[in-house]
Amino acid sequence: MYSCRIATLSGVDVEFLYWRGCPSHPEARQLLEEVLKGTAEIREREVETQAEAEALHFPGSPTIRVNGADVDPAGAEGRPSLSCRIYHLPDGRVSPVPSREMLEAALQ
Amino acid sequence: MSLALGAEAPPFDLPGVDGSNHALSDYSEFPALAVVWSCNHCPYVQAWEGRMKQIQADYADRGFRLVAINSNDSQAYPEDSFEAMRERAQAQGFNFDYLQDEDQSIAGAYGPERTPEVFLFDGDRRLVYHGAIDDSREERAVTAHYLRDAIDAVLAGRAPGVADTMPVGCTIKWRS
Repeated sequence: MYSCRIATLSGVDVEFLYWRGCPSHPEARQLLEEVLKGTAEIREREVETQAEAEALHFPGSPTIRVNGADVDPAGAEGRPSLSCRIYHLPDGRVSPVPSREMLEAALQ
Repeated sequence: MSLALGAEAPPFDLPGVDGSNHALSDYSEFPALAVVWSCNHCPYVQAWEGRMKQIQADYADRGFRLVAINSNDSQAYPEDSFEAMRERAQAQGFNFDYLQDEDQSIAGAYGPERTPEVFLFDGDRRLVYHGAIDDSREERAVTAHYLRDAIDAVLAGRAPGVADTMPVGCTIKWRS
């Protein structure tokens, strides 16, 4: 079952996919809202089963796509799974959420 | 349900990535033992791994050992297979034992919910601290060093001032 909120403004489609079992999605969602500053709405989907993860090519939570393109292309091809997604930050750190810079670059 | 404070450490005898089995009794000479639920695939674990190594290094000469156990279902999450564990331990230079609980029986006995999640035992192997390593996955944002403070207390013969905190991380991947 998906919970969806309706979509696009400004011609930009922002999709936010998450799995409730990973605690990172509220932080990622807040960061995304801060970067968007209200310029686009967010289409949100909760992924609840492995079958949904595979159908949606969901490599972990959260996954954020702008006009269908993953904000972190390096991690987009990961195995679909109900897990926390790993983001590798430019300074070498590992994070369960994308960086602000990743989101800003994806929205340019 | 998680092991209660004051409870005795359930025994284990598990294969380690070093090729040997490691049992709870093997650590009997150490007055402080941290059993940490861990894994390969979780970004929270990876964010805390460096601190796990540093804590082991800092306290190694004071009678402390850290043991990491991975209980995740490696069929559903192949990133957590024993071979992948060996590769990660080698690549990251783990200075602590990294064990696989393939049938999840040890996780069942201790009751962790997250990775990473700490169970710190005193010399009598009674649980004296349970929860998070510290209060932020961002090392530079840490303000409370729960595990370090608890180890200091145990090694000084005191009860930790903070004995129970909420671990933050990935869920244990139980077999369905």
